[in-house]
Amino acid sequence: MAILTKDEAHALLKKVLSYSKADECEVNLNSNDSANIRYARNSVSTSGKVTQSQLVVSSAFGKKLGIATINEFDDASLEKVVRRSEELAKLAPENPEYVPFLGPQTYPDSMMYVQSTADITPKLRADLVAQSLNVAKNAKAVAAGFLEDNTSFNAMMNSKGLFAYNTSTNTNFSVTVRTEDGKGSGYATRGYNDIRKLDTKKTTEIATEKAVKSANAKGIEPGKYTVILEPAAAAVLLERIFFGLDAREADEGRSFLSKAGGGTRLGEKLVDERVNIYSDPMHPDLPTSTWSGDGRLQEKISWIEKGVIKNLSYSRYWAEKKGVKAVPGPDAAIMEGGTKSLEELIAGTKKGVLVTRLWYIRDVDPQSLLLTGLTRDGTFYIENGKIQYPIKNFRFNESPIIMLNNLEELGKVERTVSVESNQNYLLPPLKIRDFTFSSLSDAV
Amino acid sequence: MKRRDFVQLTGAGIAGSILSFPTFGNPVSVDKLVEPFLSVAAKKQLADVALNTAKLLGATYTDVRIGRYLNQFISTRENKVQNIVNTESFGVGIRVIANGTWGFAATNAVTNEGVKMATEQAVRIAKANSKYQKEPVVLAPNEGHGEVSWNTPLQKNSLEVPVAEKVDLLLRANSEALKNGASFANSNLFQVNEQKYFASTDGSYIDQDIHRIWPTFTVSVTDRASGKFKSRAAMSAPMGMGYEYMIPKPEDKLPGPSGMVLYRNSYDIIEDAAIAARQAKEMISAKSVEPGKYDLVLEPNHLGLTIHESVGHPLELDRILGYEANYAGTSFATLDKLKSGTFNYGSKQVNIFADKTQAGSLGAVGYDDEGVKAKRWDLIKAGIFVNVEAIRDQVHIVGQKESHGCCYAQSWSDVQFQRMPNVSLAPGQEPYSSAQMIKDVEKGIYIAGRGSYSIDQQRYNFQFGGTAFYEIKNGEITGMLNDVAYQSNTQEFWNSCAKICDEKDYRLFGSFFDGKGQPSQISAVSHGSSTSRFNGVNVINTGRTI
Repeated sequence: MAILTKDEAHALLKKVLSYSKADECEVNLNSNDSANIRYARNSVSTSGKVTQSQLVVSSAFGKKLGIATINEFDDASLEKVVRRSEELAKLAPENPEYVPFLGPQTYPDSMMYVQSTADITPKLRADLVAQSLNVAKNAKAVAAGFLEDNTSFNAMMNSKGLFAYNTSTNTNFSVTVRTEDGKGSGYATRGYNDIRKLDTKKTTEIATEKAVKSANAKGIEPGKYTVILEPAAAAVLLERIFFGLDAREADEGRSFLSKAGGGTRLGEKLVDERVNIYSDPMHPDLPTSTWSGDGRLQEKISWIEKGVIKNLSYSRYWAEKKGVKAVPGPDAAIMEGGTKSLEELIAGTKKGVLVTRLWYIRDVDPQSLLLTGLTRDGTFYIENGKIQYPIKNFRFNESPIIMLNNLEELGKVERTVSVESNQNYLLPPLKIRDFTFSSLSDAV
Repeated sequence: MKRRDFVQLTGAGIAGSILSFPTFGNPVSVDKLVEPFLSVAAKKQLADVALNTAKLLGATYTDVRIGRYLNQFISTRENKVQNIVNTESFGVGIRVIANGTWGFAATNAVTNEGVKMATEQAVRIAKANSKYQKEPVVLAPNEGHGEVSWNTPLQKNSLEVPVAEKVDLLLRANSEALKNGASFANSNLFQVNEQKYFASTDGSYIDQDIHRIWPTFTVSVTDRASGKFKSRAAMSAPMGMGYEYMIPKPEDKLPGPSGMVLYRNSYDIIEDAAIAARQAKEMISAKSVEPGKYDLVLEPNHLGLTIHESVGHPLELDRILGYEANYAGTSFATLDKLKSGTFNYGSKQVNIFADKTQAGSLGAVGYDDEGVKAKRWDLIKAGIFVNVEAIRDQVHIVGQKESHGCCYAQSWSDVQFQRMPNVSLAPGQEPYSSAQMIKDVEKGIYIAGRGSYSIDQQRYNFQFGGTAFYEIKNGEITGMLNDVAYQSNTQEFWNSCAKICDEKDYRLFGSFFDGKGQPSQISAVSHGSSTSRFNGVNVINTGRTI
């Protein structure tokens, strides 16, 4: 299915609803065009282009709900999927947590769609990859990378008069450059809504420089170190906080935001007072959808303000039960930073470790949000404000909550990509004291 | 389904509102899931359109995968059904070699015209990319198999079991957990059916029907006064089986320490839920581990993940060569170590093999996704690293002439690539039970089930947890432990393997959603082993207060 205009999507969804005989009916439609080139050993390894579309119909009779999906859009298929969802609803037991669909909402248009990304050609994709490969080849290094772009639209309509529509584009690029002898490795990643902002040459130059400089790393003792986490490294730790903002889990006593004796830590100061984390669908550098998947308005909202947990996210059911506003979870997160560049943070560090990337992050203890993982692709020892030499990679065991209590300094915010979730964020580099490295790794 | 989609379905994504529709609770008709598919003759006719079109456009090799992928996921919590997701995905993926370069395109327009257009696109992509190809693709020979078929040997297709019956079983498990002291119980049943038709210019037309199932739960106990909460995961394994796995048989139950029950080829979810609740309760007041060196006794549902991460992944040839360098990483198990024929991956007891034919395993198929017949081969023999896991366009790099049959794509819309086969630790030759093994340990920890796991990008340094930990003192289990994780180095760890129980203790562990590649693809793979002892492993304490 092509990217439908707002009017086309409205007409299609209206047609689907016209088949409905249920008490309530809601229809979600999405279609995504994605393409990618993958390369390794300085050569393209795979590439592909896929279009996928899906229509989801939810029909309700009282508190009985049935859902059916289809990826064909002729009239007969549309009617069939509505009938199927109705049959399923009639067979269903009552859901005690059923909440009637939302009525009409007003949303601003999101800023996620950029025409130049939607217009990308196979040639441009290949050229962007060629520019990356040339940097590695000229440096006699070996590149492996991945370029992907997406153009998609989402629309929803229900029998209560709600209609929502959004289009978006995005491109993510990442590259790992290794020295020919395999003794050095460097990484860089970028993500944008607008492909014109993507500079694969410059990004690969950063990865190449890290690869060359990280060769022949020395092993230093594991222990507690001051670290400077580049935004891509900070992202994979901080996003575990963003993922854990659900009020119900906290209320039920099984989240790091649950409190001894009952209740949650909402309103409590949990981290350093310089920590401010929010989401804002209309942020020009990281626009996101102005509505959530169930049609709720996405607004600018503060999650952590001056170190205090300001808001938790709610399902509509849980919010109703608790008598609070049903704030949807964010589609992306933004952390406020400072004014210093990464170089200035390094210059102000007496002894520390610069971390390019963290890898294989896993929860160790959900109670304390303790995480483990390893440094990768560019870990350097800093002394007297200068990078002195590359060091061997470490395994860490650290909680992002403890880490944000050991905050030394925040650098300048930039858009980055989580290698774990592929999500884009706006984050500063973080300077943290007493970060816990528990063992050495021989991996390069 | 991509890993992200799965994360979204389970509600762990970035947004609280990640489900694109509200949660619901209703048994869903499964009519769609058991409807007949295209006839084999119709699939062959469509496949021939692709094979002929590509040939006319100058492709030197083509394969076609017409796939219908069905999933049914049921999730419940306590006495409620949270979600029942029935999905069907149908389409065709076409892969060609033109100008010595791979090209791939996929479409859900499974018509002569749609297949022809996708084939043309695949050839165009191959030709465009050939500008950046250093060396032409070399394919290991693979004889055509003609028109053949293979099915997972099923006793009962789980998609034909009424949803109400499956929901009822999960809800009864939740209720049993709550009765035994759990504060919360979440249970899930994942069922997958891949109906795959493969054809290639080698002269193969292969029709396969593959089934997988995974019942699982998390049982949690919260202690509101102290604010502590503890969880215990199910001791089930995902299997390449039908609903027969859900029907407990006494002969498949093995006794574990302190009343634990371990399961082989069938699972008793009700019994396990009750035990899980009692264990989670015990964990609330269990003692925190003293860090240090311990002899570890690892049961198969735990050891399987260690095998997966520290043997299965590092022996993937594409990783070793650098094709995964940007994401999963490379490997410490380099080709010079393989060629030396003397690299001590583990102690003499350690025999690890790959097997795509293992009955009941997740990776069992008749043929892989490039038409290579499934087989078994050795990876580590008496501790020595002897072979890798490879596919047709890479196996020549290790001087071999036959693919290992490890090629897989998660759906018709994804390009196939090298994936891990079932990788298993052979049982010990002498009669030896896990009870006897515990008796022989002076200072140790018994670890059961899956927990936290993390390993570096070359697979040297790892840290693993589990779901239940028991302290062993002078041959006796003294009670449960909290905050346990062990850290080791792959080669050091496998060389510390001192003893492996016999085949009576042998059973499968599985990874249902194993991610690899960019864009990330899921595959499912099993790992068999018997309870094994590893001496002097470094155990850390993971307890923290925030």
